[in-house]
Amino acid sequence: MQRSMAYERHLNLEATELRLGLPGSDEAPEKTSTTPSVRSNKRASPEISEESRSKGSSSLSSEVENCEGETAPPAKEQIVGWPPIRSYRKNCLQPRKNDRVDGAGMYVKVSVDGAPYLRKIDLKVYKSYPELLEALEDMFKLTIGEYSEKEGYNGSDFAPTYEDKDGDWMLVGDVPWDMFISTCKRLRIMRGSSEARGFGC
Amino acid sequence: MSEDDDRSPPSDSIANGSCPTRTCTPGSGSGSGSSSIPEYAAPYPDRVLENVFRKRSLVLNLTSWYRVEAMTRSDLFIGNCYAVSPERATSRFTRVRSVTLKGKPRFADFNLMPPNWGAHFAPWVSATAKAYPWLEKIHLKRMSVTDDDLDLLAESFSGFKELVLVCCDGFGTSGLAAVASKCRQLKVLDLIESEVSDDEVDWIMCFPDTETCLESLIFDCVECLVDFDALERLVARSPSLKKLRLNRFVSIGQLYRLMVRAPQLTHLGTGSFSPSEDVAQGELELDYVSAFAACKSLVCLSGFREIVPDCLPAIYPVCANLTSLNFSYANISAEQLKPIISNCHKLQTFWVLDSICDEGLQAVATTCKELRELRVFPFDPREDIEGPVSEVGLQAISEGCRKLQSILYFCQRMTNAAVIAMSKNCPDLVVFRLCIMGRHRPDHVTGEPMDEGFGAIVMNCKKLTRLAVSGLLTDTAFAYIGKYGKIVRTLSVAFAGDSDMGLKYVLEGCPRLQKLEIRDSPFGDTALLSGLHHYYNMRFLWMSACRLSHQGCQQIAQALPHLVVEVIKHEDVVHMDDYADTLYMYRSLAGRRHDVPQFVSIL
Repeated sequence: MQRSMAYERHLNLEATELRLGLPGSDEAPEKTSTTPSVRSNKRASPEISEESRSKGSSSLSSEVENCEGETAPPAKEQIVGWPPIRSYRKNCLQPRKNDRVDGAGMYVKVSVDGAPYLRKIDLKVYKSYPELLEALEDMFKLTIGEYSEKEGYNGSDFAPTYEDKDGDWMLVGDVPWDMFISTCKRLRIMRGSSEARGFGC
Repeated sequence: MSEDDDRSPPSDSIANGSCPTRTCTPGSGSGSGSSSIPEYAAPYPDRVLENVFRKRSLVLNLTSWYRVEAMTRSDLFIGNCYAVSPERATSRFTRVRSVTLKGKPRFADFNLMPPNWGAHFAPWVSATAKAYPWLEKIHLKRMSVTDDDLDLLAESFSGFKELVLVCCDGFGTSGLAAVASKCRQLKVLDLIESEVSDDEVDWIMCFPDTETCLESLIFDCVECLVDFDALERLVARSPSLKKLRLNRFVSIGQLYRLMVRAPQLTHLGTGSFSPSEDVAQGELELDYVSAFAACKSLVCLSGFREIVPDCLPAIYPVCANLTSLNFSYANISAEQLKPIISNCHKLQTFWVLDSICDEGLQAVATTCKELRELRVFPFDPREDIEGPVSEVGLQAISEGCRKLQSILYFCQRMTNAAVIAMSKNCPDLVVFRLCIMGRHRPDHVTGEPMDEGFGAIVMNCKKLTRLAVSGLLTDTAFAYIGKYGKIVRTLSVAFAGDSDMGLKYVLEGCPRLQKLEIRDSPFGDTALLSGLHHYYNMRFLWMSACRLSHQGCQQIAQALPHLVVEVIKHEDVVHMDDYADTLYMYRSLAGRRHDVPQFVSIL
C-alpha cells in the first residue's frame, strides 16, 4: 500500500515536471508514460495546433490528465527536444544538491546485514526521514523502530546508517533531511549486534 | 569549444567548382531496370567514394592520380560513418595517420533518436587497428564508443598521439584509464560534451609516472571526481601542457594550485570557480589575481561551472588578451559582466547565458569590435516565459560587431526589423542560427510571420552557408531560401512552413545543400519526391514528425539505390497505418548496414 503510494507520487512528480530536470532532457518521462500519443498524417493548421495537445512528439500533458490522484495543475505541454539544447547543458544549469544527481534520480545502494544481496533506492523520491524509513521497512520486511536523538533507534534490532561524502558511517536521522540527501552515498541497515547498539550509547 | 562547430569543410561535397548535376548525368551510371520513376543514374562508385572522402578537389578520374592519392592521403575524413564500410575505406587508403569519423545526425542530441541506434566505433577501431598500426590521431563526433574500443585503441597504436571525442557516449573512466596508461606518446586527450560513466576508476592516476607529452587535457564534461593530488602531480610533470579544461569537481582553490604549476597555459577551463564546500579559510585568501596575471599566454577561458560571482574579478589580468571566452555555464547578470567585458577588446568568440540580458549584450557590442562568433544560450529553456534577451540585444550586436561571422541566439521574442538589420550590418555572416523558443511565434511587434527577416538574411549575407530558422514561418520564407540561399549547405527547420511547397522551394533552389534536418513541419511525400535529383549530392536528410508515409519513402529508396533510407519508429508513438515518423536517409557505398536495431527499418 505504502509502496504504491510512493510510486504514484513518483509518477506524479515526473508527469508534472516538477523535478529538477528540464523538458526533453531525458528519456525517463517518455518511458513512464502510460498513454502513447496518436499521430496521423493530417495536421491541424499551425495556429490551431498550437493549442492542440497531440502536436509534436511525446506530449506529456496527455499523461498528466490520466494520472490518478493528480492534484497539481497540468503542466504546459512539453515537447521532446525543444528548445534544441543538449541534456548535458540543461542539467548543468540546474541547481545541484548532490554530486551524483542526474535527471533520472539519485540512486544509492542499500545493504542489510545478513541479506544476500543489495538493493538500490532513489532518494529523490522521498521527502522526509519517516517516508524513507517506511520504504526501507517495506522493502526489506523489517522493523526499524523509533528514532531519538539521545538513544538512536529504539525498539528493534535494526539501525539504519549511511556513509557520507567523507567516508564516515553516520546514523540516519541526525542531520537535517536536505543535508542528508546531499551527503548520503550509500545506506546500511545494521543488525542486532553491539555495533548497532553502539550508536545508541 | 566545438559545440556544433561544423568548421570542417564538407568532405563529401561535390567539388566546389563543378556542376552539381555532373554526377547525375544520364547514361553515365549503372543502368537499372526500367520503371515509371525517372532513373537517377548512380554515379560511378569510385567517384562517390572520392566525394565521400575528399576535402576539396576536382572530380578527376585519372588512374595514376587515383593511385598516388591513395598512397599519400594521410588524413581520412568520413562525414557519415555509414557512408562507407571500414574495410573499403582502409583498403582504399593505405597510409593514413589520422581518422575523423562522424556518426549520429545532430538531432540525436535532442533525444529525437532512440538510444542504441548505431554509429558504433567498434568496427572502425578493429579495421584501423589492422590497417594502420602507425595511426596517430582519432577524432570522433557523435559515435558510440565502448571501454573495449578504447582499450583496443590503446593496445593497437603504439605511437598514438591524439584522441578527441565530441558528443560521444558508451564509455567510462575505465576506458580513459586504458588510454592514459598505455598511450605513452599521448599529446591530446580532449573529451568534449561527451557522456562518461563513472566506473570508479581514477583514470588520472593511470598516466605514467614519468614526464608526459601532454599538450591538451580537456575533461570538463566528465561528471566524476578525480583525485586532485594526482591531477596536480600530472600537471607538474607535463611541461608541454597548453590546454587544460577542468571539470566542475575542481574548486577554485584547487584551480589556483594548478595555475601556479602551469603558467604557460593558453587555454584554461576553470572548473567550478567556487570554493569547495568544506573549505579551509585559506582558500578564500589565495591571490587569484596574481595567478591569472602569471598566465601571460592565456587566450581562451571557459568553465565557471558553479561560479561565485565575487570570484570573477580574479580574471581581470587576462581579459585584454582573451580571444575566446565561454561564460555559457555562468549565471551572471549584466552588472557582473560589464567590468569584465569592457576589457575584452580582442575577443573573437563569446559564449554566454541570456542571464546577462539585452543590457549585457549592449555592453558586448560596445567593446568587442573584433567579435566573430557569438552564442547566447537560455538559462531557462522553457517556451512560455518572459525571456531576458530579445530583438534589442540582437540589434545592438549587429550595430557593434560588424565583423560577426557566426551567431547562435536563443530568445523568446524577436522582430523582423532586428533580423533585417543584422543582415545588413553583418555582411560576413556565414552561420545564422536563431531559435525563437516559443513555437510559431510571430514578430512580436508587428504580429507578422518571420519570413521577411530570414529572407533578408539569405538575400544580404552572401557568404551564408549555415542557417537555422524558427518562429512563425510560411512557405514564403522557404521561397526566399530557395531563391537566394545558393551556397547554403546546412539548413535546420522546426515547426515551420505551410505546405509541400516550402520543402520543394528548398530542394529545387539550393544546389549546395548537404545537410537538411527538419522536424514537426507539414511536408509530405510530394515534397520529398521533388528532391530526387539532389539526394546523391547530400550527406543526409532528416525529417521527423512531418507528413511522410512509408510508401513515399519506399519510392525514394527504389529510385535511388545508393541511398540508405531508414525509417525510425519511436516506441511511445502509435502509428496510423503508413505514417513514417522519422526518416533519416544518406548516401552510402556500403548499402544497408548490418547493425540495424529492431526499431529501424531500412527500405
